[in-house]
Amino acid sequence: MKTINVTVNGVTHRSEIESRLLLVHYLRDALGLTGTHIGCETSLCGACTVLLDGQAIKSCTLLAVQANGGTVTTIEGLAQNGELHPVQQGFWEHHGLQCGYCTPGMIVAAAQLLERNPDPTDEQIRHGLEGNLCRCTGYQHIVQAVQCAAKKMKSKPAVAR
Amino acid sequence: MAEKYVGKSVKRTEDPRLIQGLAHYVDDIKLPDTAHAAFLRSIYAHAHIKSLDVGAARRAPGVLAVFTGLEASGAIGPVPCAAALPGLKVPDYRVLATNKVCFVGQPIAVVVAENKYAARDAVDLIQVEYEELPVVLNEEKAAQGGPVIHEKFGTNIAYTLTAGEGDIEAALKSADKIVKQKILHRRLAPVAMEPRGVLARYYPGEQELTLWTSTQIPHLARTQIAIMLGMPENKLRLIAPEVGGGFGSKLNVYAEEALMGWISMELDRPVKWIETRRENMQATIHGRGQTGYIEVGCKKDGTITGLRYNVYADMGAYFQLLTPAIPTLTGLMLSGCYKIPAIQMNATGVFTNKVATDAYRGAGRPEATYVVERAMDLVAAELGLDAVAVRRKNFPAPFGGDKPFKTATGLFYDSGDYELTLKKALDMANYPKLREDQKRARNEGRIVGIGVSTYVEICAIGPSAAAPAGGWESATVRIEPTAKVTILTGCSPHGQGQETSFAQLAGDHLGVNINDVTVIHGDTAIVQYGIGTFGSRGTAVGGTAVYMALEKLNEKATKLAAHILEAGSAPVTFQDGKFSAQVKGENKSITIQEVALAAHLARNLPPDMEPGLSATSFFEPKNFTFPFGSHIAVVEIDRDTGEIHFQRYIAVDDCGKVINPLLVHGQVHGGIVQAIGQALYEEVVYDDQGQLVSGTLMDYAVPRAEMVPWMELDRTETPSPVNPMGVKGVGEAGTIGATPAVVSAVIDALSPFGVRHMDMPIKPEDVWRIINKKSAGAA
Repeated sequence: MKTINVTVNGVTHRSEIESRLLLVHYLRDALGLTGTHIGCETSLCGACTVLLDGQAIKSCTLLAVQANGGTVTTIEGLAQNGELHPVQQGFWEHHGLQCGYCTPGMIVAAAQLLERNPDPTDEQIRHGLEGNLCRCTGYQHIVQAVQCAAKKMKSKPAVAR
Repeated sequence: MAEKYVGKSVKRTEDPRLIQGLAHYVDDIKLPDTAHAAFLRSIYAHAHIKSLDVGAARRAPGVLAVFTGLEASGAIGPVPCAAALPGLKVPDYRVLATNKVCFVGQPIAVVVAENKYAARDAVDLIQVEYEELPVVLNEEKAAQGGPVIHEKFGTNIAYTLTAGEGDIEAALKSADKIVKQKILHRRLAPVAMEPRGVLARYYPGEQELTLWTSTQIPHLARTQIAIMLGMPENKLRLIAPEVGGGFGSKLNVYAEEALMGWISMELDRPVKWIETRRENMQATIHGRGQTGYIEVGCKKDGTITGLRYNVYADMGAYFQLLTPAIPTLTGLMLSGCYKIPAIQMNATGVFTNKVATDAYRGAGRPEATYVVERAMDLVAAELGLDAVAVRRKNFPAPFGGDKPFKTATGLFYDSGDYELTLKKALDMANYPKLREDQKRARNEGRIVGIGVSTYVEICAIGPSAAAPAGGWESATVRIEPTAKVTILTGCSPHGQGQETSFAQLAGDHLGVNINDVTVIHGDTAIVQYGIGTFGSRGTAVGGTAVYMALEKLNEKATKLAAHILEAGSAPVTFQDGKFSAQVKGENKSITIQEVALAAHLARNLPPDMEPGLSATSFFEPKNFTFPFGSHIAVVEIDRDTGEIHFQRYIAVDDCGKVINPLLVHGQVHGGIVQAIGQALYEEVVYDDQGQLVSGTLMDYAVPRAEMVPWMELDRTETPSPVNPMGVKGVGEAGTIGATPAVVSAVIDALSPFGVRHMDMPIKPEDVWRIINKKSAGAA
């Protein structure tokens, strides 16, 4: 057993865990943050994407102990003071989701994409989301959702995280 | 009725929970004291189990129990198949294998432990001694003879079936030309992003079992699992919570579902099993899997005289719910959107040492459309005619109303105007200019192709006489005393958006805000019996049931309003949620909210009226619906790498009356991309030992965002006469219409190299070989 300190969505947790515990299981089972999903256990589908110290990572292939001392943002931490993150708004307005299973990972990945590139082209969005699979939407509405979010973020800068 | 919501691109009401990570899929439901299950699955495609030693696993830390086929298969009935065909050989498919395994991934034993890590660890401690048997993999070869999978049948042929009408021999004889082609529809993995999962809890006091399972068919699954477990159906509650995609793969009843229910009763603890992706690729059904031979006769002018399709359909080792029935849908749709006087399908269902095939988005219809559309292209190529002209030559005149179009497959298409969608698509593409551009590109040495498909599909399944387990759908609509509206739908949507579109129907019918409407589905203890969304029937059948219940409800509310308003024989009108009547020269009105409260207080009801404000309808459609459309793909091929790049993708679909265009676009986009996956990327691969080579998402190429084009969509609206709203269905249109367009575009691009046909998925390597083989010579 190991002790880790992790700040998740602004709350610091001190936990005793098995060394082999995956970060995604820590988030889902120990902390009850079930918005982060598991779709492949092999970092290929991106359903488990969260931000670790500001970087989008696949939490299904990272050990929780590797997040020790780190700051994690999950889908549950994106909305601020009851206001949806612009990417969440974009996905809602443009029907960027159907079954919703890939959505949390997709939204987290898109949020980071826009942080790095506030004005991405269609191609850059598609490239930036290459690590996230969606089986429902055919991606077109997702691209439009991200474009919409980019516009919103430009008109209303510095979304607090 | 004012259409405030219907026809509008309304944002989905289900989205807020989904975009915030607040939805509850099976694995998100946590019950105290839950035990976790993990499976030992066969590593061989065909083998005798000589011995099975679970002792070490049972003694492992944290392990509560290990169950084998010996225990479980005595207690639980076989995995059900609902398809009935004459002479069908149905193998005995047990929830855990006993003495023989017939596909890689077949469950042999299940470990239950305090946590999932301990369960998974203990699986590795189970010792199995296998004796390998010769494997049967190719459906066509397996039909000819060789090793037999199910010895008691003495053959691998599960059934043979001939379908179609007209004198096919005479039709082919009367043709100027007969074109023949062998085609492959390779196996596909549905890959719902949420793998399957089950949580079971038994309440010994009530003797009730609750199963939360990621299913598309909660009611049908409850019936079947109750039979498997030998328990009263009304003591089994089945809940499909949030379901992360299905595409047919969860239109099934699986061994794991019944097993978890049984184990939770055995151990008196909640038990959860969540499928891994590898298990999903190995042991959840696959789609397609046909080897077929097309024979099409035509006149010199392109008129089709007859079509024969001889097909070997790969069943896998056992049947799931609809396995043998899928090729029958292929047979039904072999007329496509054309007048074909004689059609014959000779199908042979064949057992192989692979997981079962079953319904995957489209389910037999993409196969049919691909056959017919390839046939059209092959005829055009043979006769030197334009592929569009050949299609037009064989279109029936527009039809509808009380004049359906009868096909030689025994169907009556409800309404259609195939020229309408084709013309719109050709106009959007500027087809003549596309062909000129192609000519110019070819002169420049570029490899450009244009593919057109015109399709019709069969939806809204269907009349009960033509469905394996009821073709109707149900709905209850209630207005609560506080005037909030509750809809219970028997179909169980899982991403299609019916929580929104059904709320739109209620919003317009009752004059209420859609945010005051809640749509409940997927819980057999709450919702009256229903069937499902499959076969693109959610809106056309399930939505119609909602529509009918709303009508009934409105009728009652109007009667009550007239009574309260003391309208007598004066007409009562209803607009924007308000009933009004001229009573003794005075304009009196009452809101639907006030009527709802009055119905529940029941102090002032007409003498013959029951209290409450609730209506239930069961809708039995008289026919299927037949949506149609035209898709155009334009591709350019990289001469150096063989890579296929989309220049344009155009789709004009007609799914009848549209309730929410945003949702329709979403369905079409998703379907097209799955079709592109089939055409260019996706293929389940077993090696010659029956090992699944494409067992992860690294090896099985689900399209990613960069791999698919921008899609230009439009639509026409030809209402269906089959239901009062005129809706048809759209969930599977993309997978049906797009595959042939994409394949046709690539083949068109490569036609200067003498190519007339290629099998899916068309990979850059195949393309590169064609270009380079020919370039080395004359071209």
